[in-house]
Amino acid sequence: MEAFFASLVSVAFHGAALGMILYVISVGLSVTMGLMGFANLAHGVFAMAGGYVLTTAISRFGAPYPLALALAFALVAAASVVLERLLYSRLYAASDLEQVLFTIGLIFIAVAVARFIYGTLQQPVVLPDYLKGQFPLLGRDFPAYRVFIIVFSAVMVALLWFGVERTRWGAMVRATVDNRAMAQSVGINTKRLFTLTFALGSGLAGLGGGLGAEIIAIQPSYPFENLVYFLVVVSVGGLGSLRGPFVAALLIGIADTACKYWLPQYGAFPIYVATIAILLWRPSGLFGRHA
Amino acid sequence: MSAALETRGLCKSFGALTVADDIDFRLEIGARHALIGPNGAGKTTFVNMLTGALPPSSGRIVLGGEDITAMAQAKRVKRGLGRTFQINALFRRLAVIDNVALAVAERRGVARRMLRAASTHADVRAESMDLLATLGLAEDAGIRILDLPYGKQRLVEIAIALGLKPRVLLLDEPAAGVPSLESYRILQVLDNLPKHIAILIIEHDMDLVFRFAQRITVLVQGEVLVEGPPEEIAKDKRVHQVYLGEQHHG
Amino acid sequence: MSAHAGGYSADPRIRWIESLPWIVAIAAFFALPEYLSLGARILIYILYALSLDLIVGYAGIITLGHSAYFGLGAYIAGILAAKAGISDPMVQLAAAAAAGALLGISTGAIILRTKALTLLMLTLAITSVLLEIANKATTLTGGADGLSGVVVAPILGLFRFDIFGKTAYLYCLLVLLLGWWLVRKMIYSPFGTSLTGVRENSLRMHAIGAPVYWRLVLVYTLSATIAGVAGGLITQTNQFVGLNVLSFESAGELLVMLILGGVGRIYGAFVGPVAYLIAQDFLAKQFPEYWYFGIGTMLVLVVMFARGGILGILDGSLVKLRSRP
Ligand SMILES: Nc1ncnc2c1ncn2[C@@H]1O[C@H](COP(=O)(O)OP(=O)(O)O)[C@@H](O)[C@H]1O
Ligand SMILES: [Mg+2]
Repeated sequence: MEAFFASLVSVAFHGAALGMILYVISVGLSVTMGLMGFANLAHGVFAMAGGYVLTTAISRFGAPYPLALALAFALVAAASVVLERLLYSRLYAASDLEQVLFTIGLIFIAVAVARFIYGTLQQPVVLPDYLKGQFPLLGRDFPAYRVFIIVFSAVMVALLWFGVERTRWGAMVRATVDNRAMAQSVGINTKRLFTLTFALGSGLAGLGGGLGAEIIAIQPSYPFENLVYFLVVVSVGGLGSLRGPFVAALLIGIADTACKYWLPQYGAFPIYVATIAILLWRPSGLFGRHA
Repeated sequence: MSAALETRGLCKSFGALTVADDIDFRLEIGARHALIGPNGAGKTTFVNMLTGALPPSSGRIVLGGEDITAMAQAKRVKRGLGRTFQINALFRRLAVIDNVALAVAERRGVARRMLRAASTHADVRAESMDLLATLGLAEDAGIRILDLPYGKQRLVEIAIALGLKPRVLLLDEPAAGVPSLESYRILQVLDNLPKHIAILIIEHDMDLVFRFAQRITVLVQGEVLVEGPPEEIAKDKRVHQVYLGEQHHG
Repeated sequence: MSAHAGGYSADPRIRWIESLPWIVAIAAFFALPEYLSLGARILIYILYALSLDLIVGYAGIITLGHSAYFGLGAYIAGILAAKAGISDPMVQLAAAAAAGALLGISTGAIILRTKALTLLMLTLAITSVLLEIANKATTLTGGADGLSGVVVAPILGLFRFDIFGKTAYLYCLLVLLLGWWLVRKMIYSPFGTSLTGVRENSLRMHAIGAPVYWRLVLVYTLSATIAGVAGGLITQTNQFVGLNVLSFESAGELLVMLILGGVGRIYGAFVGPVAYLIAQDFLAKQFPEYWYFGIGTMLVLVVMFARGGILGILDGSLVKLRSRP
C-alpha cells in the first residue's frame, strides 16, 4: 500500500513537471492560433531552438543556467519576430492548406539546420549543482530539477495570466480573439499586436524547450516527434484559451507519465485514444468556444 | 389554410445577447413579404434559423404545415426552401454555369452520380443556361466567379437559389451594394418569378421594399416591432423612430 | 496541360497529352532496366498521391494522417503473406483495399464531423494510434524490426515476381492505370463537381441541399481504399513492411510530393512523386541534411510563389508563350 502510494505521488509529480513544460511550450501556439487563425505546425521548432540555445550557452560558453534560460527566451523571441515579419505575416490570409504546408516546410528546414550544426545525437544538458540533488518535502525526496521546473513554470504562468487579464496588451489580445473586425474598427493595431504576441508565444516555447531539455530530449527530429503532443494540448484545451491548454497539458503530462509507468506495453496508445474521444465529445476542446 | 412558412415563439441567443425574441411570423403562400430593421436587428440570424443553418434556442418552425424545427438543412431544401446570402457565398473558382448547375443537379437528384461525366447531363446544362439567360448572364456562363464584377455576382447568388425551384424563397439583402443596372435587373427578375412562390426579402432600400412588398415586418433587437401592409408601416410612428428616421438623418 | 477541374462544361474525353505519362512509363521500362525497382516505387507513390489529391485537392480536406490507410494496406498484405500463408497477390491486394475501405469509412464517418484544426488533429491521432499498435503488436507486425518473410506467388499463377523487378513494375503500372481511370472518371462526374463545390464553399453546398457530410465520407472512403491498394503494392514489391509506412514523416512526404506536382489537377500526383523520388534517390543518401533543407525550402517557396506546383508553373509559362505576339 505504502509502495503504491509512493508511486502515485511520484507519477503525479513527474507528470506535473512534464505537463508544465508542455504548457509553457504550447500556450503560445494556442494564442497564435486563436488570435491569428494561423495553423503553425512549426511551433515545436521554437522549442527546439530554445533547447539548443540553452545547451550551447552552457556547454560551449560556460554561461550560468539562469542566463542560459533567459537567452533561450530572448533569442528565440527575437528570431521569431524576423520570421513573422518576413514570412508568416504574408500568409495570414492564406488557406489552411498553405499555412500547413509552409510550416511543414519550416520544420524540414529546421531539422536540416539542426542536423547540420549539431549532428543527430541528443544534446547533453549540464545542470548546475543546485539542480542536481534531491529536494526534501513532506518527508519525501523529490528531484530538485523537476521541483524547479514546476515552481518556475508556475511563476511564469501566473505572470502570463496576470498579463492577459490586467494589462492593455492582454485586453487587446482578448478583444481581437473575440472579434477581429471589431478590434480593428476600434483602432487596435492588429499588425503590431500579432508580432508582439507571436514573439512572446515563441519566446515562451523557447523557454519551455530549454527548461525541459532534460525531459524532452533536444535532437533534430524534435519538432516532428513532439508535434502531436503540442497539438493535442492545444486542441484538447481549446484554441485561443489560456486555461484550457493548462488543464489539458497537466492531464496529458500526468496521463503520459502514468501510462509509461503502469502500462508501458501500450506506449502512447491510451493518450491518443483519449484525445480522439475528447475531440469527438467536444470538437472545440474542453474549454474552446462553441460555434 | 396553412401558411407557406410559419414560426411560433422563435428565440435565439448568443451567450447574453438575444437576437431573436419570441418571433411569431407567417409567410403566406405566394406572399411578397419584406423583413426590415436596422443593422444587427437579427434578420440574417432569423433566416439562418429558418434554413437550419443555426438551431434556434427555442420555438418552432413550420414549413407548409410540417414541423421542420429539427430537420436537417438538406431536407428543408428538398421540401422547397431556398435562400440567398447577404455576403456572397459562391463557388469562387468555378465557372458561373457550374455554380448554377450544382444547385440544379442537386434538385434533380443527379449530383451523386459518379461514373457518367457531368457534361453529358444535357438537361442540367440546358436548365442552367436558361436560368442564366433570364438573369442576363448567358454571356458570362464560362467565366469564373473570381473574374466576375460584384453586381453580377449578386445575380449569380439569386440564380443558384432559383436553380432549386423553391416554393419559399428567402432573399437576404439581394441588392445591397449593387450598381443600379443590376439592381434594376434584380427587381425585374423578382417581379417575373412565378406567383405561387412565397418570397421573403430583407432589404434596406425602401423604394425597392415599397415597390415590391405587399406586407412588411419590422424587426428591432430581435423583436417584431410591427407588421402590416406597406401603407400602415409607412405611417407608423415607431417605425419612423427606429428605422425610417435613421435614413432621413443619415 | 490545363488543370482538370471537371464541371458541367468540361470535355471529359482523354486528350492526347494525357497519354504522355504512360508512354514515358513504358519507355522507361525498356530504356532503364536497372532502375525498375525505383520505377515501381514511383508508380506506387503516384497512386498514393492520387488518392491524396482526391481529398486534399478536390474535396479540400486537409489531412496529415493519410499514411494510416497506406500503412494498414501494407500491413494487411504483409501479414496475410508472412503469417497467414496467403500468397496470392490478387487476394492480398483485395484484402488491402478492403482494409483501407473499412478503416476509411469508420474513421471518416467520425472525423468528417469536425473541421479545421480538430480534423487535422484527429487524422494525426488516428495514424498515431495505428503506429503504436504496429509498434507494440510485435507477434503480428514484427514491431520496430519490421515484417519480413513476405511471400508473393506468381500473379494469376503465371507471372513470377523476378529479381529485376520487371513483373512488379508492369503490375504496378496496370494497377495505377486502373486507379487513374477511376479517379479521372469521378472527377469529371457530377459527384466530382459537387466535391469541388464543397471545397469552394461548404456553406453554400448545405444551402443547396447537398448531403455534404455523406459526400465527404464517400470520397474519403474511396481515397482510403486506393491508399490501401498502394500500401498493398509497396509490400508486394518490397516483400517487407517497416513501421515507416505509418509514420507522420511519410504522410508529410506524400503531401510534399503532391504539392510539388500541383494540387487538384490529377497529373500533379504524377509529376510530384517522379521529381521527388528521383531527386531523393540521387541526393538523399549522400547529403541528408541538404536534402531536408532542400525540401523545406522548396515547400516554403512553392507556398510563397508557386501555388500551382510544377504543373502550375508550366501552365503559366505556356500561357505566356501563347500570348506572345
Ligand atoms: N454566430 C454569432 N455569434 C455571436 N453573435 C452573433 C452571431 N451571428 C450574429 N451575431 C450577432 O447577432 C446580432 C444580429 O446579427 P444579424 O442577424 O446578422 O443582424 P442583421 O442581419 O439584422 O443585420 C448582431 O449583433 C451580431 O453581432
Ligand atoms: Mg444581415
